[in-house]
Amino acid sequence: MLKVLKSGLFTTIQDNGRYGYLNKGVPVAGYMDTFAATKVNKLLENSIDAALMEITMTGPKIQFEAATFICLGGAEISAKLNDEPIKNYVVVKVKKGDILTYGKLVQGFRAYLGVKNGFKTVRVLGSRSFFISVTEKNHSSEGDVLKFDEVVEFSPKIMELKVPNYYDKAKLTVNKGPEYELLNDKQLEYLFAREFSIANENNRMAYQLEETIPGHEISMLTSATLPGTVQLTPSGKLIILMKDGQTTGGYPRILQLSDDAINMLAQKKFGDLINFKLIP
Amino acid sequence: MSGFPISIRPFGAHAILIEWPKRVEETILTDILNFTDYLKNVCLQGEHWEMVPAYNSVTLIHRDRPIDFNSFKEKLSQWYNDEWSVTQTKRFLWRLPVCYDEEFGIDLPLVAKNLHISEEEVVRLHTSHTYTLYGIGFLPGFMYLGGLPEALEIPRKSQPRAKVIQGSVGLAGKQTGIYPQDSPGGWNIIGNCSVRMFDPRKEEPCFINVGDKVQFYPIEKAEYDLHKIEGEVGIYKLDKSVWNA
Repeated sequence: MLKVLKSGLFTTIQDNGRYGYLNKGVPVAGYMDTFAATKVNKLLENSIDAALMEITMTGPKIQFEAATFICLGGAEISAKLNDEPIKNYVVVKVKKGDILTYGKLVQGFRAYLGVKNGFKTVRVLGSRSFFISVTEKNHSSEGDVLKFDEVVEFSPKIMELKVPNYYDKAKLTVNKGPEYELLNDKQLEYLFAREFSIANENNRMAYQLEETIPGHEISMLTSATLPGTVQLTPSGKLIILMKDGQTTGGYPRILQLSDDAINMLAQKKFGDLINFKLIP
Repeated sequence: MSGFPISIRPFGAHAILIEWPKRVEETILTDILNFTDYLKNVCLQGEHWEMVPAYNSVTLIHRDRPIDFNSFKEKLSQWYNDEWSVTQTKRFLWRLPVCYDEEFGIDLPLVAKNLHISEEEVVRLHTSHTYTLYGIGFLPGFMYLGGLPEALEIPRKSQPRAKVIQGSVGLAGKQTGIYPQDSPGGWNIIGNCSVRMFDPRKEEPCFINVGDKVQFYPIEKAEYDLHKIEGEVGIYKLDKSVWNA
């Protein structure tokens, strides 16, 4: 296990998600950047549903209370193990008592810490992913003890991986959403010819965009929404639902982000720019 | 039962949306649910699909892989036109207890005043109708109920509350419902339901299903407190009966 000495801005445990309860209004949750999280689990040769720690913008301070092997991925937040810098996507052995700290955010927004065989925190409704009203906590706080099983021996097949960087890219590839055809020419022009910046209201539930497009008076009956669904409010605000997003909604679903675009957006923060590119 | 004009459209790479005519109607809901059951139990049995019905649509989401839209659309159209012999799923009428005391029904006086009826009449109207569950979403266990009498239609509050407590029963527009957890909210609160609509400690965290019906009945505060205790220790018995038998 490990002990959280400082929590960082928003630190959670996430796995590949909670399935089977979408029809009861329970979001999928799970890691926001599937690409980065999956790479970390692969390097550690973990199973597909192994739980990792998701770290947002500022990192925690952690003390390991058992030996294991770790791997970091996603955003770069100047991580150090006992004051020695460690890189992303490298398998590193840790001993009991080792301390992991984070510093300055270099790039991206969400970082992952994987341990060999994954975190063994409580599983609720088939998943370890934190989500309030399902799990007790929605983020880790100082003094938390997070379980994992001690691993002394492990010879990874691959020690280090070069991973392409997508943090500077602004282009989000999208498919047409169910209500796309209701958009008029003016709205389409705004949507695809302009850049948008990430609003301050951005979290695991949804990313709002600062700039608006012309509004509408479309009324529809409540229907399912997904991670990556772009909703358009009557006043012209764009809301992109993410992994903890509500499972149904009443706003027109004008676009649907590709999986790659969801991963990219998960690494964006307040003020970052994006644009939409329709997949032909 | 089939025979509505349905539209089948892609919804990103992993999901597909099937829509029925844009109306809030029980015959449409029943057709959607019967078709969903047919897909779940026959056509797509054993596959990793999530199926989310709501009002005039059902969304099918594959957990593991992208969908080949064109070929799947064709299959779905065929299946919809099949002669499905539906083994009818039991749908339940749930009688849910609500305490309308002033402690809980914090907006009841204002609701009565604005609707030009007495508080007793608000409660009588609210408890004398049966509501149909058209969808679950917004929050885990949050019900979209249809069938509110017109006399109880009241706009949502102009100033939403930062915190509405779990169990609060509210009115807003054509809707009535229960807050399954503490949440910000703009509905007019007229009471509190003693039954937890979402409990993650249970294997089935939300007992109710889309297509079920709900009726509210009034209880005193003492009874409310007793239900709460019974609920905590797991001996509270829900009042349900099959309505489509």
